[in-house]
Amino acid sequence: MTTTVEATARSRSAPQRPGFFKRLFAEYGQEIVVLAAIVVLFAVVTMVNPRFISANNLTTIFSGNAYIAVAAIGMAMVIVTGNIDVSVGALIGVLATISGTLAVAGYPIWFAWLAPVLVGMAINAIIGILVAYARIPSIVVTLGALSILRGGLISVTGGTWITDLPSAYLIAQKQVLGLPVPLVFMVVLTALAALWMRYTAFGRSLYAIGGNAEAALATGIPIARRIVAVFVIHGAFAGLATILFATQLQVIQSTVPPNLELTVITAAVIGGVSILGGSGTVIGSTLATILFATIGSALIFVNVSAYWLRAVIGLLILATVLADMLRRRGRS
Amino acid sequence: MSNPTAYVSLTGMSKSFGGVKVLKEVDFDVRPGEVHALLGENGAGKSTLIKMMSGLYTPDAGTIMVGGKEVKFSSTRDAAAVGIATVYQELLLFPELSVAENVFLGNYPRTALGIIDWAEVRRRTRDLLDQLDTYDLDVDAKVLSLSVAQRQRVEIAKALSKNARILIMDEPTASLVESDVQRLMMIVRQLRERGVGIVYVSHRMSEIFALADRVTVLRDGAHVATRDIGEVDENQLVSMMVGRSIESLFPKADATIGETVLRVTNLNHGRHVRDISFDLRRGEILGIAGLVGSGRTELALTLFGMTPATSGEIAMDGKVVRIGSPRQARDLGIAYVPEDRGQQGLVKSMAIRKNVSMATIERLSSGIFIKAGEEAQRALDAVKRLSIRCRNIGQPVGELSGGNQQKVVIAKWLETMPKVLILDEPTRGVDVGAKAEIHTIMGELVKQGVAIIMISSELPEVLGMSDRVLVISGGRITGEIARAEATPERVGAAMTAHRTGEAA
Repeated sequence: MTTTVEATARSRSAPQRPGFFKRLFAEYGQEIVVLAAIVVLFAVVTMVNPRFISANNLTTIFSGNAYIAVAAIGMAMVIVTGNIDVSVGALIGVLATISGTLAVAGYPIWFAWLAPVLVGMAINAIIGILVAYARIPSIVVTLGALSILRGGLISVTGGTWITDLPSAYLIAQKQVLGLPVPLVFMVVLTALAALWMRYTAFGRSLYAIGGNAEAALATGIPIARRIVAVFVIHGAFAGLATILFATQLQVIQSTVPPNLELTVITAAVIGGVSILGGSGTVIGSTLATILFATIGSALIFVNVSAYWLRAVIGLLILATVLADMLRRRGRS
Repeated sequence: MSNPTAYVSLTGMSKSFGGVKVLKEVDFDVRPGEVHALLGENGAGKSTLIKMMSGLYTPDAGTIMVGGKEVKFSSTRDAAAVGIATVYQELLLFPELSVAENVFLGNYPRTALGIIDWAEVRRRTRDLLDQLDTYDLDVDAKVLSLSVAQRQRVEIAKALSKNARILIMDEPTASLVESDVQRLMMIVRQLRERGVGIVYVSHRMSEIFALADRVTVLRDGAHVATRDIGEVDENQLVSMMVGRSIESLFPKADATIGETVLRVTNLNHGRHVRDISFDLRRGEILGIAGLVGSGRTELALTLFGMTPATSGEIAMDGKVVRIGSPRQARDLGIAYVPEDRGQQGLVKSMAIRKNVSMATIERLSSGIFIKAGEEAQRALDAVKRLSIRCRNIGQPVGELSGGNQQKVVIAKWLETMPKVLILDEPTRGVDVGAKAEIHTIMGELVKQGVAIIMISSELPEVLGMSDRVLVISGGRITGEIARAEATPERVGAAMTAHRTGEAA
């Protein structure tokens, strides 16, 4: 009799926290896959062409794409809440022009850096309010914003480039502690954002909203305020990305890399952020950005046309989303 | 075993889902021109049985005989071909199509040229509706413009259009108002006279005694009894359904009832919360009874700030408060376990740990960071205290059974240490074992001084658990009945009070 009671007691108390590695894989499965892909790619391409890991090429891979990773951090947060932003590329174009114009006009350098962050936050606050309070789907609001920002920018600048940037302004070309500034930006911002998302009540609420907005609301999470906040934070990251983008060359083109918003969204999705909301991390989006950059560079080193990059990325998107769907189906 | 007079007879039907036997060797048959009522609690296996009869599920074992010949259904089409049609609780019509288009969908009469003969479609639909005494329904009306009762008649017409010989009706009156219930019962009797065999699933005893010729009771997936309606009374049916008497099913814990914690005065919101006033005391379970659409849930949503009151007063511990959002309600010590836990209660993709801490996550943080260790410890404690069966606290809530999901929602709200706990259909879709556990938890909570408001469609649950019963009809309180005086008749009368004109 006593043994039965003990057995029951033990089975009752059985649910524990799962082991460390199990949790690691459960929570960061996609991130680990992307990281493994980067490592394998480096190993293989280096065997074919050892110059692949030259300092020069590593700088190109990591620093040249850091602004995409920074923008993808904010994008990942937005997608986690079940929303999307297709206007971030156009926004970065506008912010870069504002920042560069201020720098050339002789405003203090710190102000030319701060302005894109503040303007990015302000513009995205409007987007956030339209999504959260006017209840317009984010895809619609940001498609509108995309047209306004891109059309407005070309009309105002006439497509001209900004030149004669003061050298003190070009922070992306500088180093701290012997490391390129963009790399430091990318690593530090990713780490801070990851901690914020993982270990704060705010971050947790974003996952709850993306997982089930109605339940989040019925649990006392102020979802409208959170959605506005996440868009504003996303705007700040777009501003930070702009600083890196605008200062990496001697000139600023008013035509940002076309499809930048799609690259940023793709980074988030391949990094494991579910397009349906509710899961994914900013570590994943940063790793995915590095993966694209590595693939792009690798194609050049093994003499394959760079146009294949888009096709490869397309395949990765489909594979990732398919895996996400299958995981969800398995769960329900 | 198979009955010679039966049109359809099922023998030894068994079905398992994921290793759980939901139906164990059940026998059931339907004769032409009879109403055969199918009774059982939630989870007893009724819907599984009718889904096998209509070809939606394939049985693991057992035989289906139709008209004396053994058949195997691999789809609903097969069942329809031998004249078995089903009117489901959630009506399966296309709202954007017209009545006539819906009735003959997939089955359109055609002209010699193979083109759909719309004149014929409309004429025959008119015919079918007239047979159901539904002269007032336009065959060209879009279904989305119809009431629930009208849509139901369209479904029945659709079944008849396929020459149904057996009509399965799954809780057809669950969402109907009283006058429509009467009309539906007339239609059922009419169909019976025409020789249609009807399987009638319902919880409402009054309808079963008014309509049925025979009744079959299922419990925990097993066949309990099949009787002629004249051989049984209501008490016998209930004890067959639950397998024990009501008293032992709802162990009402004795708790000391203390001072008033919540006072509601003349509360209003829209058409469904009208002039509601009541008091709630510490340690008390206040049952709220009412038909679907009576305003029960709307009252809960207003108290919880989802649909804030447009007028009236709410006082907590004697202080008038304003509740404009669930967040305010939560911070005042009001908790709400919703009717639909999947929709409003849980984030199913999230771990048990994160669901349990969701309402208290700000309090669980020191500085800006969540105290992860304490969060995990509290979730482990909750799992133990409420006997939530799971692999570990990292398991996504969506993987748990209905009863365990419900316990996670309750655990989440207990973390907030509520003074007032509103439970909306706390045991819907929960198996019998978990149901008893949830009732036990309620008993423990009132002993600790929590005040509980329990909304339930199950009259036995309301009568068994409540210290006091509030009956709501048409958004108003139509009865306030103390435990000692609460009988099914008194509560039932108050539930339909405003329509029949009598005040309780």
